[in-house]
Amino acid sequence: MDLINATCQTIVMVAISLVGAYVFGIPLGVILVGTRKEGIFPNRFWNAILGWIVNTIRSIPFIILLVALIPVTRFLLGTGIGMAAVILPLIVACVPFVARMVETSLLEIDKGMIDAAVAMGASKLQIFFNIYLPESIPSLVRGAAITCIALIGYTAMAGMVDGGGLGQYAIYKGYYQYQYDQVIYTVIILVVLVEIIQLGFISLAKRLDKKRGNIK
Amino acid sequence: MVKVSHLSKDFETKEGKLEALHDVSFEIKAGEIFGIIGKSGAGKTTLLRILSQLERPSGGEVLINNSVIAKGDKVITNNKIKKTMGVVFQGYNLLMQKTVARNIEFPLKIAGVNKTKWDKRVNDLLRFVDLEDKKEAYPATLSGGQKQRVAIARALANSPKILLLDEPTSALDTLSTSAIISLLQKINQEEQVTIIIVTHEIGVVKKLCQRIAVINEGKVVDYGTVQEVFANPSNIATKQLLGV
Repeated sequence: MDLINATCQTIVMVAISLVGAYVFGIPLGVILVGTRKEGIFPNRFWNAILGWIVNTIRSIPFIILLVALIPVTRFLLGTGIGMAAVILPLIVACVPFVARMVETSLLEIDKGMIDAAVAMGASKLQIFFNIYLPESIPSLVRGAAITCIALIGYTAMAGMVDGGGLGQYAIYKGYYQYQYDQVIYTVIILVVLVEIIQLGFISLAKRLDKKRGNIK
Repeated sequence: MVKVSHLSKDFETKEGKLEALHDVSFEIKAGEIFGIIGKSGAGKTTLLRILSQLERPSGGEVLINNSVIAKGDKVITNNKIKKTMGVVFQGYNLLMQKTVARNIEFPLKIAGVNKTKWDKRVNDLLRFVDLEDKKEAYPATLSGGQKQRVAIARALANSPKILLLDEPTSALDTLSTSAIISLLQKINQEEQVTIIIVTHEIGVVKKLCQRIAVINEGKVVDYGTVQEVFANPSNIATKQLLGV
């Protein structure tokens, strides 16, 4: 296992998990906002249940979740080890994280805009698709940077189930083979990755955000 | 056109019940410019929010075009009536991630107007409010007066019969205020739109309104033509507003 290979494994794990986390996290975040007392489809029961599930999963450290989910992973994928076996726990760990991020972004929307739409006679779905989503996109993109960086941290634990990636590489080379230079290279690559992600998402959010008056 | 009878509105607060409106009654005739005036906290915005069906009253009745839109503590949501009304909010409430054109066509989209008609309507409205060069601009790049004109154009998109405005000039300088007053007069005369304006600015009321209701502590304390009320203010609150 070389450094380039490990880097690629980390990127693949992060990319797939990020997509998976948003596919499930966005609807969950929307339901969390929508079922609030003042939401577009208020339902106190479901809001409490989903809020509790989200908080419970978020309170479990990833390394424990990874191990706890091995039977589920084995049942679904036929194996409890390898990269595929890490992606499922990564998604499970990140969905509640993304859901809360989406919830925060949606709640940032100026209530005045909603008033304007209600006064025009807009339906709840029209309000959702025309105001909530488009108005919160820059904030959602900024949130994606945080999720992505958190995911890199989680992938470091993939080595526990032989999932590969930079975390496993650093432990293998540094802890077992005393090649400390390789650990330093790993750290440098991680720092660069985080910087690229942060800069990339933030500049994308800036380009998308018309609220700041930076676009004609 | 608009008939408000014995309207009341209470808010539950930590300190107890707050009476925002109490036994408010007045009538607004078709085609007039009517002012709802009073100092901050008098209940003007609450009244406007009830008229635009954003707030539920606690009692009384509101009729718009002979349709009951609120009775007792119930709002009778009537999207047909909503589409005959345009509302301009104090903070403009424009969609910040959408261009001026997309903001103005938003009510058309909501009302299900055929997409092929949007562009012409937007262009007509931009010409009407004199903002043709800002069609593709985003609200963040506009001045307060320009944002207000976009908000007015948006409120006019579905050719409403009634235009409700909450403090439309309070954040504007003298020049922009004059421009908005002229625009509202043009809307009233050329488009025959009934205008209901909530304001605390006496100068604006004098230039624009034909009749007014003065609200103080949730009650109508003076009501009549601008000349009548200003010549013989019966209540101390009106006198304070007039500075006499």
